[in-house]
Amino acid sequence: MAIEVRGVSKSFGRTPVLKDVSVDIVSGSLTALLGPSGGGKSTLLRVIAGLEVPDAGNVLISGVDATRLSPQRRNVGFVFQHYAAFKHLSVRRNVAFGLEIRKRPKAEIRARVDELLQLVHLEQFADRYPAQLSGGQRQRMALARALAVEPQVLLLDEPFGALDAQVRKELRTWLRRLHDEVHVTTVFVTHDQEEAMDVADEIVVLADGEVKQAGRPQDLYDNPASPFVMSFLGPVTELGGRLVRPHDIDVTAESVEGSTAAVVNRVVHLGFEVRVELTAGDRDVWAQITRGAAGRLGLQPGDTVHLRPVPAAKSLAAADA
Amino acid sequence: MSTPVLTQAGAPTGVPASARRRPRVGPGLGLGLAVLYLSLIVLFPLTVVAWKGVEGGAGAFWSAVTTPDSWAALKLTLGASALVAVINVVMGTLIAWVLVRDRFPGKALVDTLIDLPFALPTIVAGLVLLVLYGVKSPLHLNLAYTRAGVVIALLFVTLPFVVRTVQPVLQELDRDMEQAAFSLGAGPWLTFRRIILPNLVPAMVSGAGLAFTRAIAEFGSTVLLSGNLPFKTQVAAVNIFGRIESDDTASAAAVSTALLIVAFAVLIGLDLVQRWGSRRG
Repeated sequence: MAIEVRGVSKSFGRTPVLKDVSVDIVSGSLTALLGPSGGGKSTLLRVIAGLEVPDAGNVLISGVDATRLSPQRRNVGFVFQHYAAFKHLSVRRNVAFGLEIRKRPKAEIRARVDELLQLVHLEQFADRYPAQLSGGQRQRMALARALAVEPQVLLLDEPFGALDAQVRKELRTWLRRLHDEVHVTTVFVTHDQEEAMDVADEIVVLADGEVKQAGRPQDLYDNPASPFVMSFLGPVTELGGRLVRPHDIDVTAESVEGSTAAVVNRVVHLGFEVRVELTAGDRDVWAQITRGAAGRLGLQPGDTVHLRPVPAAKSLAAADA
Repeated sequence: MSTPVLTQAGAPTGVPASARRRPRVGPGLGLGLAVLYLSLIVLFPLTVVAWKGVEGGAGAFWSAVTTPDSWAALKLTLGASALVAVINVVMGTLIAWVLVRDRFPGKALVDTLIDLPFALPTIVAGLVLLVLYGVKSPLHLNLAYTRAGVVIALLFVTLPFVVRTVQPVLQELDRDMEQAAFSLGAGPWLTFRRIILPNLVPAMVSGAGLAFTRAIAEFGSTVLLSGNLPFKTQVAAVNIFGRIESDDTASAAAVSTALLIVAFAVLIGLDLVQRWGSRRG
C-alpha cells in the first residue's frame, strides 16, 4: 500500500524536527529513510505510524488520510531499535499478541504464529522468553510480531542499530529476502548509507528536517543533487575545487591534458583497493585505485604524479570552493 | 535520532560483570561478618522470642494465643492488615503511576512527602491522626475508638512501601513496549492490562507484602486513635504490650511468635513470587 506524506512539519518545543516534508512511497517497495542523527528520519517514521502527531501536513496510507487516526487503527507494523519485546510473554505469545486482541480463533492463531516463526527461523524458540534470546533473535521475533497482523505497511526504526556488525549484515540480507517473499510496503530508518544501498529499492535522504533527495540508490550515488548527498552516500575528495568520487580519479605518471600535479604522501593497500593519499598544491586529496594500477605505477611516498577526473566522472562544485 | 548504542537488552551475552575476577578482601571475610551481624541483630533475638513462645509446649502456646482477648486482637490485626495491604496496593500503584507518568506543579514535593510516614515516629503519626480524626475532629469525622481508626492509621504508615517498590519498576518500564502494543491494535486500557500490569505485579505483590508485615507489627500509630479497647480495637502489638506489663512474658512471647510465623510465611510467599517473576524477567 502506498504511503504519501504531504507537507508534514513537526517541532519538539521550539526545535523544528521536520520542515514541510513530502515523500511518496510506492506500494510494495522497500524504502530507506537515510540521514545523519537528528535529521528527523525517526520522527517521520513515527508520524507515519501515528506515534507522533504532526503540527501540519497529512499522511495518506493507501489513499486514505490517516493523519488523525490513532496508531491502533492504522494497521501499521512497527519494529523498534531496541526490540520492545513483551518481556512477560513467551516468543509465541509475543507474536500472537496482535491476533489475540483481535479475538481470532485459537486454531487460526496457532497456525499463523507457527508459520511466522518458521519465516523468521524461531520455531525452536517458541516457548522461550525474550530475556533468553540474543539481540538478533529478539529483533526477528519483533518482526514476526509486527507481520502477524498483516499490516498495510511495515515500519522499522533503525532495526539493526543495536546489533553487532556480523548479525547486522546477516539480518539485512535476510530482511531483503523477506521483503521479496512478503511484498509488504516497507520503510526503514538507517544512518548507514551502506545498509541503505544494500537493502533498499528507494532511498530518501533526510537531513535538518528536510528531504535532500529521493530516488533509486544508483541514481542517488551517480547523480547527487548536492555536495551533502554526494558525501553522505559515498566517499568524496576535492580536486581542483570540485568534489569527485576517489574512484573517479585517474592517476598517471605523465602530465596529460587537464591534469593536476600532486605529491604522494602515503599508499595504503586494502586488498583489491589501494588508497593513495596525496597533496595537490596546498590541498589534501585521495584516490582509490586498483591493486593492478598501483603496481604498474609503482607508487612511493614522495613521487610526483598527475591527477584528473575520469571522463564520465560526476563532480560537483565544492561548497567551500 | 539514535546512534547504535548497546543497551542492556542488546548487549552481547558475554561474561557477566559479577563473574569477573576481582580482588578479594580475605577469603569469606564479608560472608563471615554478614552472618555474625545477622545472627546478633536478627536471628538470635527472634530465636529467643520463638523459644519463649513455645517453651511451655504446643498446648500452652495454643491456649495463650487463643485466650479470648489475644485471639480477638490477632484476628483484628490480621484482618485490618490484609485490608490495608489490598487498599494500599491499589492506591500506592496509582500514586506511583501519577508520580512517574504525569507532570504537575509540586510533583517533587509530593514525591518527598511519600516518605514522611517512614520518617515520622509512629507515635507522632498517631497524634496527628488523633487530632484529625479524634473526638474533636476538625473534619467532623470521628474515628476514635473504632476499627476504622485502626485501618486509617495502618494505611498511613504502610503507604510508602507500595509506592516505593512500584515506582522504580514503572520508571524502568520500556515505553516502546506500550507503543508496540498500540501499533498492534491495542487500546490504552488493553495495553495497561495486558502489557503494563503484568510487569508491575511482582513489585506490587512485594510492596503489599511489606505493607502487610509492617501493619501486623504496628503499635505507635494505632495506640492513640484506637483507644485499645479489648475485643474491639486492640491490635496484637498492644495486646502483647499489655501482657508484658502484667508480667505474663510467656503468653506475650506466644502471641509474638504467632505474629512472627505469619510474617515469615508472607515473606516466603513473596520470595516465591519474586522468583517466579524473575524467571520470566
